[in-house]
Amino acid sequence: MDWVNAIIQGTLLGGLYALFAAGLSLIFGVMRLVNIAHGDLIIFSAYVCLTVTSSLGIHPLLALALVVPIMGIIGYALQRGLLNKTLGADLLPPLLVTFGLSVIIQNSLLQIYTADPQKLSAGALEIASVKIGTLALGILPLLTFFVAVVIIGALQFMFYKTALGRALRAVSDNQEIAQLMGLDKRHIFGIAMGLALAVTAVAGVLLGIRTSFDPSVGGGRLIFGFEAVIIGGLGNIWGTLAGGVILGVAQTVGAKIDPGWQILAGHIAFLFVLAVRPNGLFPRMSA
Amino acid sequence: MSDDLLNIAKLDAHYGDFQALYGVDMHIGKGEVLAVIGANGAGKSTLLRSISGLIQNGNEQIKFKDSDISGLRADEIARLGLALVPEGRQLFPSLSVEENLIIGGRLERPGPWNLDSVYALFPILAERRNFPSTALSGGQQQMVAIGRALMANPELIMFDEISLGLAPIIIGEIYKALPDVVGEGVSAIIVEQDISKALSISSRVYCLQEGRVALEGSSDTITREEISQAYFGV
Amino acid sequence: MTDQHTVKFTPKNYVVTAIVLAIATAALAAAPYWLGRADLRLAGEIMLYISLATLWNLLAGYAGLVSVGQQAYVGLGGYMLFACTILFGVPPVLAIPIAGVIGALLAIPVAFLIFRLRGAYFAIGTWVIAEVFRLGFAQLSALGGGSGTSIPAKIVKSMAASRAARESLSYWLAFGLAALIILFVYLFLRSRKGLALTAIRDNELAASSLGIDIWKTKFFTYVVTAALTSMVGALIFLQKLRISPDAAFSVNDWTAFVIFIVVIGGIGTIEGPIIGAIIFFTLRETLADLGTGYLITLGLVAIIIMLKAPNGIWGLVRDRFDLSFFPLLYRVEKQKQDN
Repeated sequence: MDWVNAIIQGTLLGGLYALFAAGLSLIFGVMRLVNIAHGDLIIFSAYVCLTVTSSLGIHPLLALALVVPIMGIIGYALQRGLLNKTLGADLLPPLLVTFGLSVIIQNSLLQIYTADPQKLSAGALEIASVKIGTLALGILPLLTFFVAVVIIGALQFMFYKTALGRALRAVSDNQEIAQLMGLDKRHIFGIAMGLALAVTAVAGVLLGIRTSFDPSVGGGRLIFGFEAVIIGGLGNIWGTLAGGVILGVAQTVGAKIDPGWQILAGHIAFLFVLAVRPNGLFPRMSA
Repeated sequence: MSDDLLNIAKLDAHYGDFQALYGVDMHIGKGEVLAVIGANGAGKSTLLRSISGLIQNGNEQIKFKDSDISGLRADEIARLGLALVPEGRQLFPSLSVEENLIIGGRLERPGPWNLDSVYALFPILAERRNFPSTALSGGQQQMVAIGRALMANPELIMFDEISLGLAPIIIGEIYKALPDVVGEGVSAIIVEQDISKALSISSRVYCLQEGRVALEGSSDTITREEISQAYFGV
Repeated sequence: MTDQHTVKFTPKNYVVTAIVLAIATAALAAAPYWLGRADLRLAGEIMLYISLATLWNLLAGYAGLVSVGQQAYVGLGGYMLFACTILFGVPPVLAIPIAGVIGALLAIPVAFLIFRLRGAYFAIGTWVIAEVFRLGFAQLSALGGGSGTSIPAKIVKSMAASRAARESLSYWLAFGLAALIILFVYLFLRSRKGLALTAIRDNELAASSLGIDIWKTKFFTYVVTAALTSMVGALIFLQKLRISPDAAFSVNDWTAFVIFIVVIGGIGTIEGPIIGAIIFFTLRETLADLGTGYLITLGLVAIIIMLKAPNGIWGLVRDRFDLSFFPLLYRVEKQKQDN
């Protein structure tokens, strides 16, 4: 029964990882950009929420109403102000610029908030659980998983059923010709990044409620998101959810074997998938 | 001041260090159909890409309704009412046939073209409306590409080598539909390798050779010899 | 009258640059005799970073393999040195090349795995590998587990008679390794394999159509770079005398700084990493106490350089003055011939 519990916990954890990955996946799909600072932006969102909750005295989930638009606007500005200038045939500039950005964000957070671990307090939500049979499922992990499914579903809907989604798909297919349709690709890319960071904001807040965080943990979140994307398969956002779940389960099962093995088990699962199924489990495009 | 719709003066175009067009002069009036012919590499596609803004050019080289569009972005030029049917069709693979058409019409410019009228022009597309656009045959993809440009209700529509890679019978079908397209007072520039088709549908013709205008004349009166000379530069 | 063209390898002012290079090398080789202790340590540190930067540049600037995980081999080299000396009684200086060999051996299966990824995904993949190494070594209690271990005093003393001699030895090892690495990279890039690499970097499709085996060339470059990086890592931790998983596999120390050095100095040239290291350490010595501010400044400078001067400081100098200390480009010279 313990193993079943571990698998269920891992599955729910996968929801959080899918949220880490969703933004990464969206941006790569639309503009072939991998944002090395993505993990740091997740943590940055958590800190923004921290500031909002401590200055306004509201619950973190309520603070989302502010944090999400703030991060969305930051995303749009970041893309138009900086990242659009790096896009092109050469792969070095976006990589190195986002790497530099990662260092800047981490150290700015360190400067402003110090290295002390922080946590978003959500009161009873943090330990509330519901009993199903002999299992106790935390409300927060359930909520996180549910939110992940809703967000991914919403992104799918947006992509395939709305004019914005059509525009995003067209621009990602063929930037040049998309312009002939009157699409300003600078603006479209900005919107895509704004969306991605809005999702990232949700991920950051849910992460911050779940565990403590400090400026240095961004890299780890980037890696989890990245592993979820690769395991799930590029270009498939539901695949990213599957990838997150597999990663989460690998980690929790690994932790059951030995607590020190948790993260390593996840990496090993990732490397295993990379070895036998390099395009991921449900790929829709190649890198 | 002129009543030309589009006026091109001394257009130079470069790809990096390579110059593709040298001082091209061209004009087209409202409702006129122009053919642009020339050998491979003569600069025909470069010309259309320059006009549509995919290539940036120097100031004052391209004027649309007397205002300089040389420095505008491609999406700004599209909004002014210039549409391009690109070389090689270049449909959006992630979009269905209908979605390709819909996105062509996203500027919602007023005019006779909408989904219904495009489907009336190319009925086969209505049957395939939900197919991924690239699952269609070459000729049908060309129809989608043309329909996509029409959906923008342009004042000037440019066709870049629409007969390339298509069987003669399909080319014939498409050219049969063209008079309906350009009949509505829309101006058109048709870049073609197929000289007879190009001449059959246009009122004036330009021949490009190695980036320069080698010949300009009326499509009705131009002779074989004149074209050979201009085309090959012999 | 016809013009004859000849292809030359040497830059216009090669005599001058060669002489300058020779003098600089001799002066640096003799550094223990004219530099004070603290400056000697600093010079040694600069040499180590020049080594890491030159290798990262070979990988990223020439082979197009952007790695943010080279710390995997730095740490591996360090741990292998500690393992060899502490657990197997191997003399420290001998342990350095052994660490290199082990680095190469481990790089082989790693390459097979991560070469399945491309571009930025490859980059993150290299980071994952480094994390796997870090977590793996943290599990090894024989080498101190999560808190690490130190080199026993007697092993340290076995390296040389006095502390001054040890410090000279440390410096010469660092200088020697840097010189070796630069020489290797220079000769490699001038060789056929190196030419293949540059061709791949410039246009992969064209290169493969010429029969260049892209995968093999990149694989070879990756493995050799891993081996040499491991040697540098071994030397780094031999000098630090202490190792721990976080220090050995630190992204900041062994990747962020290295990347900044190469980007600021100039990617894709041999002089770039050297110039970058000099600039980096000048900044560090002058901005010493800024801590996070220093890193933020580095990040900003790197971003600005990447956007405004993508060939780095050396790129600007080279283009302005047509200078080249390590000529890699061919020139076509026109010679007039009278009939």
